[in-house]
Amino acid sequence: MSMEFLVASAIAVLVAGGVYLSLRGRTFQVVLGLTLLSYAVNLFLFATGRLIANRPPLFVDGVTGYADPLPQALVLTAIVITFGMTALTVILSLRSFLDSGTDQVDGRAELDQEEAP
Amino acid sequence: MMMLMEHLVIAPVVIPAVTAPLALLAMRRRRRVGLAISLIGCFAMLCAALALFGTAQDDAIRAYPLGNWPAPFGIVLVLDRLAATMLVLASILALIVMGHAVVTSADRKGWHFHPLFHFQMLGLNGAFLTGDLFNLFVFFEVLLIASYGLMLHGQGAARLKAGIAYVVVNIVGSALFLIALGLLYTLTGTLNMADLGRRIAELGPQDQGMIRVAGLLLMTVFGVKAAVVPLHLWLPRTYAATMPVVAALFAIMTKVGVYAMIRVVPLVFGADAGASAWVPSPWLLPAAVLTTLLGFGGVLAARGLREAAAFAVLGSTGTLLMSVSGWSEAAMGAAMYYLVHATFAGAALFLVADVALRRRGQYGDAAVPTPRFAGQEATALLFFAAAIAAVGLPPLSGFIGKLLILKTAFGAPGWQAVWGTVLITTLMGVIGFSRSGSAMFWKSSGSNADPIAGCVRSPLEFAAPTALVLLLAGLTFSAGWAYEQARATAAQVFAPARYVSVVLGGETQP
Repeated sequence: MSMEFLVASAIAVLVAGGVYLSLRGRTFQVVLGLTLLSYAVNLFLFATGRLIANRPPLFVDGVTGYADPLPQALVLTAIVITFGMTALTVILSLRSFLDSGTDQVDGRAELDQEEAP
Repeated sequence: MMMLMEHLVIAPVVIPAVTAPLALLAMRRRRRVGLAISLIGCFAMLCAALALFGTAQDDAIRAYPLGNWPAPFGIVLVLDRLAATMLVLASILALIVMGHAVVTSADRKGWHFHPLFHFQMLGLNGAFLTGDLFNLFVFFEVLLIASYGLMLHGQGAARLKAGIAYVVVNIVGSALFLIALGLLYTLTGTLNMADLGRRIAELGPQDQGMIRVAGLLLMTVFGVKAAVVPLHLWLPRTYAATMPVVAALFAIMTKVGVYAMIRVVPLVFGADAGASAWVPSPWLLPAAVLTTLLGFGGVLAARGLREAAAFAVLGSTGTLLMSVSGWSEAAMGAAMYYLVHATFAGAALFLVADVALRRRGQYGDAAVPTPRFAGQEATALLFFAAAIAAVGLPPLSGFIGKLLILKTAFGAPGWQAVWGTVLITTLMGVIGFSRSGSAMFWKSSGSNADPIAGCVRSPLEFAAPTALVLLLAGLTFSAGWAYEQARATAAQVFAPARYVSVVLGGETQP
């Protein structure tokens, strides 16, 4: 199987899982979903420089082919930002759980009891 | 002196970036020093913005390459009429809101109001100035992260619940933004807006499908920021749950989304872009019509003043986008005028809600009759002025804005929808606001009821909403001048070739 197919399907699976989880009703699952989604986005951004192996991103004597260094810089920025965001969401969900006593995204505790058999 | 003027372009980004940490450090020990730093920062930002606005009057576009790296390789800041107008708008609003927060001690409800406020301004000013799409993403994140903190300022369970929804929606929006940027980068190999516009025009037919996807994704992200139906669900809850002072500052946040559309679409997906030219236009008008209807419908149904103000912001953004979605120079001129008006009107409504909230004791901002409260007449007067501005009745500038939108839309495709929506929603807004206004200020719950006792409130609280109403009145009296400015801005927006040549050619004069 080609590298393109592998990377593309990995991104697709991550996005599918991320979307499913972030549509769930509980904050923990939503946080996990957002994390998966951001992994997928980072992989996707990384792949925008085309998938090339064994090429230097910086100037080296005697080398003709280079990997694109810009997506790597973009991914780094994106990783830092999403990491901070995830930390914030975790703290926020925790505070909301402690304040309202429920981990439902819309903060309604009664939904829990309705769902329970 | 010449050197200083040249570098003034970066001042709106540097000033808040310096003010925020200084305020943070000073606030811990000496509150007064921190306050002074924060207020001076706001004032300096306004001065810089006004100076830049004056500079932009000569119709030249100025590119400021950061670190002297030439565009498309380095990041550029670009100053044109659109950027200068948005900067002035943001700084005026910031100064007024900050003044109100200090006077009402709203900034003491939590720890870091002042630093967060200035980081928010850093993000806003940067987003208005940048000429690079990835840099726009970074500044969006800066303003969003600060806005999460501000939104939760003062805390409380309702605020936390609304906060989670707000954060999650925006994180998903950021993910979409990155995907759109990735697509654009794969196809064109650049993220500089001027360079993008040039390269998209050169793309072959095999890439047109992808570029349409990228363009529509980008518009979706801006739509989330601007709260366009069906991406609006986060707005009413967030704005109604947060402190009204913060919500008044957020009145410009939806306009950032609109600004991004105005900046990116004519430049990147403009008339030269081949098959992807004006890619969002078939979707934008219906979405804007629905947004307007839903916004003013919400005003009609709102149970409290903050809720009504939040829906009015939604409705005014929709009205604004209806004009933008025509993508013509004339309509854009009207839109620019209405944009300035809508920001001030939305903020004024929230500040009036804040004043009412503080004076009505346990009744809060609910649209119910109450016993007399201190300063009822002044609050009522300000409320009616703000409401008249928000729905667009004469004599305030909303009327002129809506008139311009109707006039410039006439004859364009879909103008019947624009006319119908504007006229119907104005009526809905009038009914909604007069209902809640008369319930709150005119009806009284029994003449012999005791007046609401509360601590004595300083009349200084009325200063900020009054200032906004006076600004709206000024916008009405100087409508000729303001509309000239708006039209010149629109003319610049619809001549992207000059922008491209200035940014890429390195020239500073046309």
